[in-house]
Amino acid sequence: MSDQLYKTPLYEEHIALGARMVPFAGWAMPVQYEGIIEEHKATRSSAGLFDVCHMGQVRVFGFGAFDFLQSLLTNDLGLIATLGEAQYTLMCDEDGGIIDDLIVYHTGDLEYMIVVNASNRETDLDWMRARLAESVHAAEVEIADESDRTALLALQGPRALEIIGELAGEGFEPPARFTIAEARLDATPVLLARTGYTGEDGVEIVCHAAHAAGLWRMLLSFPEVTPCGLGARDTLRLEMGYPLYGQDMDRGVDPVSAGLGWTVARDKGPFVGSEAIERVREAGAQRRLTGLLVDGAVPRPGMSVLHDGVEVGKVASGTYSPTLSTGIATSYVPVALSEAGTVLEVAVRKKTVRAVVTRPPFVRSTSLSKAQA
Amino acid sequence: MYPGDLVYHKEHEWVRVEGDVAVIGISHFAQDQLGEVVYVDLPSTGDAVTADETFGEIESVKSVSELYSPVSGEIVEVNDALSDTPETVNADPYGDGWMIKVKMSDASEIDALMSAGDYEAFVNE
Repeated sequence: MSDQLYKTPLYEEHIALGARMVPFAGWAMPVQYEGIIEEHKATRSSAGLFDVCHMGQVRVFGFGAFDFLQSLLTNDLGLIATLGEAQYTLMCDEDGGIIDDLIVYHTGDLEYMIVVNASNRETDLDWMRARLAESVHAAEVEIADESDRTALLALQGPRALEIIGELAGEGFEPPARFTIAEARLDATPVLLARTGYTGEDGVEIVCHAAHAAGLWRMLLSFPEVTPCGLGARDTLRLEMGYPLYGQDMDRGVDPVSAGLGWTVARDKGPFVGSEAIERVREAGAQRRLTGLLVDGAVPRPGMSVLHDGVEVGKVASGTYSPTLSTGIATSYVPVALSEAGTVLEVAVRKKTVRAVVTRPPFVRSTSLSKAQA
Repeated sequence: MYPGDLVYHKEHEWVRVEGDVAVIGISHFAQDQLGEVVYVDLPSTGDAVTADETFGEIESVKSVSELYSPVSGEIVEVNDALSDTPETVNADPYGDGWMIKVKMSDASEIDALMSAGDYEAFVNE
């Protein structure tokens, strides 16, 4: 493993567990411990523990924090006016191109914590600081990169909350879905967010980097908990149709085409990219990110998607679904071919295999869907 | 991990010689590197294979590898069970995880393959 890669505070834990390490967005990360499918199924049936310390945390605070973020991000920050609420949102450029997808947590009075993708941390910070510098709010907002001292662990699965409950002690009430709250796990002060990227119920745990390894070991001491790598994280998120930045969207794609129009507020006033996105809405998207169920092979990013033998798109995300025992993928295809049930093909090396347009989530019954029912 | 009664190809296939038939599969090292196997794409009985050329491919969640035949000849049997239970390749690579049986056209090709000891040294390089 190259020395230039960043190491999370849990690097030594991964090595001790015999993880297979891979470079990811500049970080040395575990792709698997025992096996991707095994870890995937452990998360769907019990609880999986993920190191997501590579993701960045940016704290934005001050009297102008709300107004500044409202002018920068696509979703309506007014929807998380209550302390502790969280929201999925996008940061776009003036052309409506997606710079990053984010979770914003309303962590305090005049304060928000934004979780950014590891691969975009520098880009995001540069963009935010540049927009702030030219903003009328420049003097009343601070942007602090908390990533280096902040650890993020995800505990996901139907058993996750009962484990957290045992560690949090008597009287503990888990935060509501898409909210964040202070807690102590054993003696460690943390923020517990009822969010995740697996489609299972569970939490993401924010703590000081110095406490990460202790927390990791404490959680792994429960026999219900299985350590999971990036491999399982990818199969879990794609079964739910959750997009991945860099594969499912990037600067060249607008939110409407990416199927993320629901994260773009219509009536909150202007924000960066709002005019461009409105134009796409009026004209209609040309292509749309579409789910595919693929038979007999694993679709992989970059493979051609065909209709009647003619290329109509490329696989954006693609993997094997351990739950469905079949290939699953996403692809930008012409809107006319994005109707559920449309039969396409994926060119897999020397053969083509059948791909049926399917509206995600590919897997519909999880602990999260049951909790929300 | 590398049974002594088998011989091994540099692309990580093994051969068990049974008379003029070569039983072929992939090694413990290969299945471990791949991870959990989800598809095995094999040829049909009667097809010809050539030493050092591909006869199929094998996929895990994260990667895909071509399968190389260590010998030349005609396929006399294919392990069709692997299409329903590809994970057998991980669980039992030298037993139920075998892939094809080849009636060899040139048994001397076996001499070019590695012993278990040589193969183990090769993968540990």
